[in-house]
Amino acid sequence: MTDLPNSLKNGPDERGFFGLYGGRFVAETLMPLILELEQAYEDAKVDPSFRAELSALSTHYAGRPSALYYAERLTEHLREKTGGRFGAEIWFKREELNHTGSHKINNCLGQILLARRMGKTRIIAETGAGQHGVASATVSARFGYPCMVYMGATDVERQKPNVFRMKLLGAEVTPVTSGAGTLKDAMNEALRDWVTNVDTTYYLIGTAAGPHPYPAMVRDFQSVIGTETKEQFFAAKGRLPDALVACIGGGSNAIGLFHPFLDDASVKIYGVEAGGHGVDVQNGHAASMTGGRPGVLHGNRTYLLQDGDGQILEGHSISAGLDYPGVGPEHSWLKDTGRVAYVPATDKEALAAFQLCSRLEGIIPALEPSHALAHVLKLAPTMDKDQSIVLCLSGRGDKDVFSVAGYLGETMSEM
Amino acid sequence: MTDTRISRRFAEVASQGRPAFVTFVMAGDPDPAASLDILKALPKAGADVIEIGMPFSDPMADGPAVQAAGLRALHAGQTLAKTIDLVRAFRAGDTTTPIVLMGYYNPIYVYGPERFLADAKTAGVDGLIIVDLPPEADDELCLPALAGGLNFIRLATPTTDDHRLPTVLANTSGFVYYVSITGITGAAKPDANRVAAAVGRIKRHTDLPVAVGFGVRDAETAREIGRNADGVVVGSAIVQAVAASLVDGKASARTVPAVAALVEDIARGVRAARAAE
Ligand SMILES: Cc1ncc(COP(=O)(O)O)c(C=O)c1O
Repeated sequence: MTDLPNSLKNGPDERGFFGLYGGRFVAETLMPLILELEQAYEDAKVDPSFRAELSALSTHYAGRPSALYYAERLTEHLREKTGGRFGAEIWFKREELNHTGSHKINNCLGQILLARRMGKTRIIAETGAGQHGVASATVSARFGYPCMVYMGATDVERQKPNVFRMKLLGAEVTPVTSGAGTLKDAMNEALRDWVTNVDTTYYLIGTAAGPHPYPAMVRDFQSVIGTETKEQFFAAKGRLPDALVACIGGGSNAIGLFHPFLDDASVKIYGVEAGGHGVDVQNGHAASMTGGRPGVLHGNRTYLLQDGDGQILEGHSISAGLDYPGVGPEHSWLKDTGRVAYVPATDKEALAAFQLCSRLEGIIPALEPSHALAHVLKLAPTMDKDQSIVLCLSGRGDKDVFSVAGYLGETMSEM
Repeated sequence: MTDTRISRRFAEVASQGRPAFVTFVMAGDPDPAASLDILKALPKAGADVIEIGMPFSDPMADGPAVQAAGLRALHAGQTLAKTIDLVRAFRAGDTTTPIVLMGYYNPIYVYGPERFLADAKTAGVDGLIIVDLPPEADDELCLPALAGGLNFIRLATPTTDDHRLPTVLANTSGFVYYVSITGITGAAKPDANRVAAAVGRIKRHTDLPVAVGFGVRDAETAREIGRNADGVVVGSAIVQAVAASLVDGKASARTVPAVAALVEDIARGVRAARAAE
């Protein structure tokens, strides 16, 4: 990891902090386990057999490398809007082609190998969109572990296809009714399970958040996205892309794409948060960096949606995978340093991008990366034609077709 | 060790040959006025130390009973500032019962740690238990609290082994809170023999009193646990008594008497803990 002394890639420090953010804010019951996990991960990271096994699974089980694809019709469509004068090339890093349909498998394969190394016998996970739940259930099936997935009751409803997939894979899905029944509440419940079953249980966190070492570890497992992108783009164009764009839930697909490029100053980087009904609408969005303040939740200090008393707000997004009031701590730090620009995209913008991508490219994206795409639609026409943007297409939209049909029905009846 | 209301109270009950009874209630549950009435009734009913929960939207270490109590309080408009006011109001009529605020870090972080410590101290708070601040985060609140004359009470758990205990105990003061189970508040009943062994183990590392909680909910368990512990903590059972007394979600004439009756009952168990068998 450590390149230059002033590299942006050196974090976190030995206590798990990225500047002010990160750390290990957990109950004492979990503390010994988290220290053990950190040690196990440090050992695994430099163990050639661990790396070889992960690499083989990534190739033959997950289907890596994922393609880097030039979205020609989308590019042309946006160029036409500028009278053909502007419009960067748009490239998709196709994480939706991975086994299980999203980037989440990259992290799950790494962590399941770690769980096995640590001698754990039971896997628990939280999930929002259900993509991480499906990926966790998948690797648990593949390695023969029982798997318990906590999922907010609201999300169980809006991501039904994934609930059924998890059950087929042999996982148990526990709907969580506390709070608004979304990702934050699922994470609380998973943490409660973990403190109760510390001895046997491995908590497979699905995003680059939580107590140290999770943010750094999940980032490392997801960095394959950015590392491949760099090589593939160089092979295609002989240079670096000019901009990167990814959606931010907890921030794992985004940090995976961004991290290998952080020291490449010519590359502009955009993280797109869920703007929901609009960032001015109180409790109507899930843009923790654009609309929140630093606080401490789920084991780390980071930007959070909260009220003046430090109570966490539920937030809102059309996308279950972005509907989380926090964000991984490395993003909070990258925001404060100014290296990455974090911008919101609303529910409506994401829905429009979802449809446009489906029609022009024959790719139905998940609602999460549709937010990133919505920003690309704004950004590309402001850039020159010889410039390029890489979008992380983090997942496919099959899980969303029913809820999108519902939303579109509503919009149409309003018209 | 500095002399505080907490150390004085533990010394006092020890000299009476019995453990301390530590009661937990949620600030502002079910509403600010009833919450103050409940607090006032606790010492008379047999509470030696009072822990007051600071409600938080995301209490990751708490079971359903304490979660529900926190939500009732938040819905009734409780804030950290109001919790400090509650302590001030209680102190106006009771200058000896130790008060420990217990909760999660975020509301304090947002209030401002320095300002919080100053306001809490002035209001009459004696100690703090912050669930999600392990020793690794001592510079956040623990060290400033100690410097400001407040006790910082740390949780030790079944997962805290001999290797880690010194780290956990290093900046702990007032008492050590032994969490009798791996799990959330109000979960399984603790195994008295295992707890006794664990208390013995902790006492080999510290002179501080050791109180035991999580899962103690009746006089009989309190008596068993109190045989070896310096204090017995009861929380979920008390907030459940509050919940059971409500009519249409609001405090009723039964609320304070119901809590007092339960506390009196468990206090009898605590006081019988070291009686000859
Ligand atoms: C396809 C997809 N993209 C993105 C996310 C957001 O997570 P993260 O920000 O960790 O990449 C999710 C979460 O469920 C997802 O399913």
